[in-house]
Amino acid sequence: MADLSINFAGIKSPNPFWLASAPPTNCGYQVMRAFDQGWGGAVWKTLGVPIVNVSSRYGSVDYRDSRMAGFNNIELISDRPLSDNLKEIEEVKKYFPDNAVIASLMVETKEEWHQIIKDVENAGSDGIELNFGCPHGMCERGMGSAVGQEPKVLQTIVEWVMEVASIPVIVKLTPNITDVTDPAMAAVRGGADAISLINTIQSIVGVDLNTLAPFPSVDGKGSNGGYCGPAVKPIALNMVKNCAQHPEMNLPISGIGGVENWKDAAEHILLGASSVQVCTAVMHYGFGIIRELLPGLENYMNEKGFNSIEEMSGAALPNVVEWKDLNLKYKVVASIDEVKCIGCQLCYIACEDGAHQAISISANGDRVPQIIDDNCVGCNLCSLVCPVEDCITMERRDDGKLDVSWDDLTQKGEIPTTFDDDRAGGKGHFVPKPEEALKRKK
Amino acid sequence: MGEFKKPINEKEFHENFAQIKPLMDNNQAFYESSRCLFCYDAPCIAACPTEIDIPLFIRQINSNNLKGAAKTIFDSNWMGNACGKVCPTEVLCEGACVYNHQDVKPIEIGRLQNYATRSAIDKNQSLFDLPELKNKKVAIIGAGPAGISCACELRMAGYTSDIFEAHEKPSGLNMYGVAPYKITNQEAALEVDYLKEQFGFSIHYNRRVTSEEDLEELENTYNAIFIGIGLGSTRKINIKNENLKGCFGATEFIEKLRVNEYAEDSLGKRVIVLGGGNTAMDAASESARMGAEEVTIAYRNSKDSMRAYDFEYELAKEVGVKGVFNCNPIEIIGSEKVEGVRFVKTKSEGGSLEAIEGSEFIITCDTVIFATGQSKQKEFLDQIDKLELDKRGRIVVNENFQTGNPKYFAAGDAVNGGAEVVNAAAEGKKAAVGIVRFLES
Ligand SMILES: Cc1cc2nc3c(=O)[nH]c(=O)nc-3n(C[C@H](O)[C@H](O)[C@H](O)COP(=O)(O)OP(=O)(O)OC[C@H]3O[C@@H](n4cnc5c(N)ncnc54)[C@H](O)[C@@H]3O)c2cc1C
Ligand SMILES: Cc1cc2nc3c(=O)[nH]c(=O)nc-3n(C[C@H](O)[C@H](O)[C@H](O)COP(=O)(O)O)c2cc1C
Ligand code: SF4
Ligand code: SF4
Ligand code: SF4
Repeated sequence: MADLSINFAGIKSPNPFWLASAPPTNCGYQVMRAFDQGWGGAVWKTLGVPIVNVSSRYGSVDYRDSRMAGFNNIELISDRPLSDNLKEIEEVKKYFPDNAVIASLMVETKEEWHQIIKDVENAGSDGIELNFGCPHGMCERGMGSAVGQEPKVLQTIVEWVMEVASIPVIVKLTPNITDVTDPAMAAVRGGADAISLINTIQSIVGVDLNTLAPFPSVDGKGSNGGYCGPAVKPIALNMVKNCAQHPEMNLPISGIGGVENWKDAAEHILLGASSVQVCTAVMHYGFGIIRELLPGLENYMNEKGFNSIEEMSGAALPNVVEWKDLNLKYKVVASIDEVKCIGCQLCYIACEDGAHQAISISANGDRVPQIIDDNCVGCNLCSLVCPVEDCITMERRDDGKLDVSWDDLTQKGEIPTTFDDDRAGGKGHFVPKPEEALKRKK
Repeated sequence: MGEFKKPINEKEFHENFAQIKPLMDNNQAFYESSRCLFCYDAPCIAACPTEIDIPLFIRQINSNNLKGAAKTIFDSNWMGNACGKVCPTEVLCEGACVYNHQDVKPIEIGRLQNYATRSAIDKNQSLFDLPELKNKKVAIIGAGPAGISCACELRMAGYTSDIFEAHEKPSGLNMYGVAPYKITNQEAALEVDYLKEQFGFSIHYNRRVTSEEDLEELENTYNAIFIGIGLGSTRKINIKNENLKGCFGATEFIEKLRVNEYAEDSLGKRVIVLGGGNTAMDAASESARMGAEEVTIAYRNSKDSMRAYDFEYELAKEVGVKGVFNCNPIEIIGSEKVEGVRFVKTKSEGGSLEAIEGSEFIITCDTVIFATGQSKQKEFLDQIDKLELDKRGRIVVNENFQTGNPKYFAAGDAVNGGAEVVNAAAEGKKAAVGIVRFLES
């Protein structure tokens, strides 16, 4: 049986599921409700300097009938008095000594950092998370992502923190940067105990077409917000992977971004995370989603034979390589299951207009399209648009004996040098003549 | 000619009785599960007598954790697979789905439930951590939904049981009573076989417990006895000629067609079904699907006062069944066999039903089916010392489902007087908890 408990940089937690620093961790009442329902840890809503919030704070992207596929906010850090938060942290720890409570912090001066660290340690926090990620409001005041985007500044602040901190320190990174490993390595150099990512991505989720104000609008005006939720998972996964694969990265990673079900969490872990934080999904469905997350992950670990999160963490990393190392001899071709096909012809038009003209349809009314094997480059597009599960499958056509990458070719001096070169990729690739476009109207 | 031809073999039978809630495929399950909103304090849960965590199992289906979905269902309801097919979901979970308030089709909870549990059953997946066996044993009379649920729940607490069943197949009315377009014999058997294998209880078929000696033997061999015997045969209504050839009790008629899966003898052209409950609707639908040309439901009171669910009446009407109301049967006409039914018209007067004088009339027919309620197994139950029955013949139990005789527990139709499979499953499970309390006190 898989053991879900973790020891994350010295922070112990009964399972890897933590609430991210955000509205779900605004107060002790919420954190207690969450722990009671099975959450392993909680990163408290960021504490720091006094602020004022606006009314009308969130906006979202609905995709068709799916609400909140992407979520955006212009909220700042906690607006509740520091002393209230500290009291509640202490109380939560009394009731739940085995769950992880991590204080997220954001202040300005060295003195402020030293003071607030003492405060949260005294309250009984198990760890500290430094919020260098907030991409709206706070950054205009030189905090949040303004720090996360300047590796040198980030390192300096981490060093201040490490001077006094006696509990583990996690540095939370912003994705609003070209190469996330720059601030990540600055955190390593500064002496941090762990990193977490991602915070929200700068965004505008939409514009009100009547009032011309961006969402969410505050009295007819808006500001860029921070984007999160299911839509950001791919960006988060890639950044977690980049940090995990960095040769000098030796800190545990807490994966954040777009986790809604156990599969999302498993992906973060397989790409190098050893705890997972959730915000938007809880804001959408409440703490109750933990009853899907926990058994789902446990069942997967049992089926795959992972005994612990530690063992599972990063298990997919060896398979994430550079493009130049991919096997150029691998060849797949689409295949349509005629029985399952419902005749929507989305595959046809996707390939015809959007890809490689490798699917034909018949004129006699039969709506099942045919793959033209010779033209199919194996791009997967048709299988992605097909609305029927397992109807279009990509079948392997090479014999699996050859494994030649661009890197191999480069080393052997066998890369094509001109477009006429027989070794060039597009050579002999069929495309219809331009004027055919006007003849074949259907 | 009616819509259906008399089925003369199993194949034709299954064509006439095509499943109204067929097993979903992966695609259907994915699309349908994607629609569920994961409501907080979901009304669908509250509407399920076994309180299955419906949003959770649907989300588990959607996130490819079918095994987890099946476990979520069985954790609350040991008859989860059959219930997915036979529950009157329109008045239970699906009727409570919030989508109804938007006039959007509610989530097909029953079919999703059947899909998830069927996957575990087909793969014979082990979903439960069984505690070590303790050295006390329980006898269960009746392998219906109540008895099977009780056996599973007992095993979860460390007790095994032996089930004694009068019929040669398990699952009670799932096998012998529910309409064949809701569940097939095969599906009803699969679930019980799976549970039996997972939990290791035994079922002794063709073993009707009848006499005081039988009961004494059980009392001597077992630490507690659970009664899940359901109801008895169709109740007589005491009118002239009601035993004439061509007269059938509804449950007996249905049992025969569930067992044979083809038409043994002809119903003739015209069938009259007497009654206004769900069994009457079933018997009428089934007569039509067995090839009868004209099927009429005759109910003594008004249409609105029928006990049957609206959707069950709709199902019958869809296959051409007609309803006549406010007519009370007073005599079966015929000499050697049924030729018709004499009715008198009725009207409601101050809450009671009165015959209208001089309004008698006859409807001719070839078959009469009495869906006039089921009797209780009073004679059998009277043999049990101190066991108490109420005025309507239902076994009286306390909150632990314990009868007047402390060693005997009971649940299901025999206690509630006849409800649904899901109620029997819920009660059988609770009774097991009561039995465990008794064994451990
Ligand atoms: C015609 C009809 C249609 C129905 N349709 C539906 C439906 O669509 N959906 C739904 O949810 N519910 C339906 N019901 C109700 C449902 O079938 C019952 O509520 C449910 O089966 C009750 O379960 P039980 O375990 O209490 O009894 P039963 O299912 O009746 O099981 C009792 C078992 O005990 C056995 N038994 C009886 N006496 C003895 C004895 N002395 N010794 C040994 N074994 C004995 C019987 O053979 C039987 O297997 C229907 C009922 C009828 C009559
Ligand atoms: C309304 C809102 C407020 C947030 N506030 C904070 C905050 O105070 N501190 C912080 O570190 N991150 C904050 N975040 C970012 C989240 O902690 C998290 O990094 C981000 O939402 C990505 O995770 P998700 O996709 O699960 O939502 C906030 C996010 C939202 C939606
Ligand atoms: S979610 Fe609550 S706080 Fe927010 S607008 Fe609605 S009622 Fe107000
Ligand atoms: S997309 Fe799929 S279902 Fe639609 S025509 Fe193509 S193969 Fe058939
Ligand atoms: S009420 Fe309907 S939408 Fe809501 S959880 Fe239940 S099935 Fe899903």
